[in-house]
Amino acid sequence: MKRSTKFWAWVVFALGVLYFLLPLIATIQFSLSIRRDRLTFDAYSNVFLQPEFQQTLTYSLLVGVAAIIIGLLIVVPAAYFVRLRAPQLRPIIEFVTLLPLIVPPIILVFGYIRLYSSSSILPLTNSSLGTNILLTLGYVALAMPYMYRAVDTGLRTIDVQTLTEAANILGANTVTIIVRVIFPNIIVAALSGAFLTLAIVVGEFTMASLLNRPAFGVYMQNVGANRAYEPAALAVISFIITWAAMGMIQLLARFAPKTQRT
Amino acid sequence: MSNNVDTIIETIAAPASAGVAPVRGGPFARFAGLRWGDYLGIAPFFLFAILFLIVPTLFLMVGAFQDSAGNFTLQNIVSLGTPEIFSSFWISIRVSAASAAMGAAFGLILALAVIRGRLPEAIRSTVLTFSGVASNFAGIPLAFAFIATLGRLGIITLGLRYAAHFDIYRAGFNLFSFWGLTLTYCYFQIPLMVLIIAPAIDGLKQEWGEAAATLGASTPQFWRYVGLPVLWPNLLGTLSLLFANAFGAIATAYALTGSTLNIVPIVLYAQIRGDVLNNPGLGAALALGMVVITALANVIYLVVRTRAERWLK
Repeated sequence: MKRSTKFWAWVVFALGVLYFLLPLIATIQFSLSIRRDRLTFDAYSNVFLQPEFQQTLTYSLLVGVAAIIIGLLIVVPAAYFVRLRAPQLRPIIEFVTLLPLIVPPIILVFGYIRLYSSSSILPLTNSSLGTNILLTLGYVALAMPYMYRAVDTGLRTIDVQTLTEAANILGANTVTIIVRVIFPNIIVAALSGAFLTLAIVVGEFTMASLLNRPAFGVYMQNVGANRAYEPAALAVISFIITWAAMGMIQLLARFAPKTQRT
Repeated sequence: MSNNVDTIIETIAAPASAGVAPVRGGPFARFAGLRWGDYLGIAPFFLFAILFLIVPTLFLMVGAFQDSAGNFTLQNIVSLGTPEIFSSFWISIRVSAASAAMGAAFGLILALAVIRGRLPEAIRSTVLTFSGVASNFAGIPLAFAFIATLGRLGIITLGLRYAAHFDIYRAGFNLFSFWGLTLTYCYFQIPLMVLIIAPAIDGLKQEWGEAAATLGASTPQFWRYVGLPVLWPNLLGTLSLLFANAFGAIATAYALTGSTLNIVPIVLYAQIRGDVLNNPGLGAALALGMVVITALANVIYLVVRTRAERWLK
């Protein structure tokens, strides 16, 4: 094509760089400007020294890991059986996994509060353990579209049928097959789903706030309402966390095993 | 490289097969021929979906039609028409539509530029990777970043004031307003658009461009008669997805504007926090309204996407 095409492509790219990098640079600059006369990391040390920072971040990471484990326990067997023996269920399952995109988190959590409140059959919100479980399951729901798609993509790259038959002939039962044959083969795909889940969950605000949990997102919101420079430091930290989680996905994809169907 | 971007895209983009139901013989025919073990494998998934996705949502939908004593009523739905709530729906729809349209437009141009603009390969992969990160950089921290950038004391606001003697706030800009929120939402809408539309642009075959050129078509003519018509269903579909994406978001707006800009999720949030016991039905009705709107947007996405598939084989 013509030279002008290339010129305009560079212009558009430059505009994109401007829009996407300026806020990052400005946020970094802002987070360093807590002292009037010089740039310091004081906003960061203020944040790190607050006990709530560590506590809430640890809490959110724990809930995130729990959500990933529960999500995998639910999604892997379902995706495996759908692929192996029940392809006719695929449309239903895919529709269900897309529900969290149609029903916003605030509505899900509103439903939980109504349904699992103290006067219901399953009063999860009565105890803090119950509420923690509810939040974890809420995060499993939020991550469902990504988790299912990641696991299913992993299953697509291996030959589920042959692996299962081979394991069967060697005398493995179904649980053994899933745990020791299928899962190791899709672990890279599963991990990319896991890191995406973590990226979504760590700073999540709506569900945690409405369930009154001491989560990182709620803490960040509090800091934002009360401080000036610390929020910028938190934004930088969050961006690094998101970048790390996505970077792990990129890195993992290089190690994905493949047994191509012939 | 393209492999892992694919993973992200597949993870984000919805499948086309959802909603296609070629199975005959009643609703339970799908379950025929399964062994007990198969049920056990799938059961936890369905149990979870029923308890933590379907029932909570349906419970609210039903609640929208009940008064506090549990009798049937349309009063809650009628209350959605009060000026306050109506205007919150209206502003939500406007912010979502504007950020979706701007995100889709610039996302498309950006994707076209990096994929078909003959830019170095490294730029293409960097943009796609960055899009994966930025589309997930939402919520509270995104609001903080924009406050630090374009807030009253933001770096760019102050920079322009001192360097160019131009005060964007005097000129009418306000981060805590409709345009401020829209501009902020674009930070995750544009990358999402890039991620979803990139495979479609890859699907525009080189031969089509060559064929058009052989027949004497100029570049604008190629886009007018070939490129855009092929991308169109994808564009429209992604637009509705972006709309739904912005419509349900609350954290960014909450951290950015507090409650100065009353979009629906913020009204609902306040309702759940405080007011719920006074009028439980109204909260449920708000939820119903939101689900109806996001569901409509997603149905458009699914329908249009199924149609779009056929060109991209």
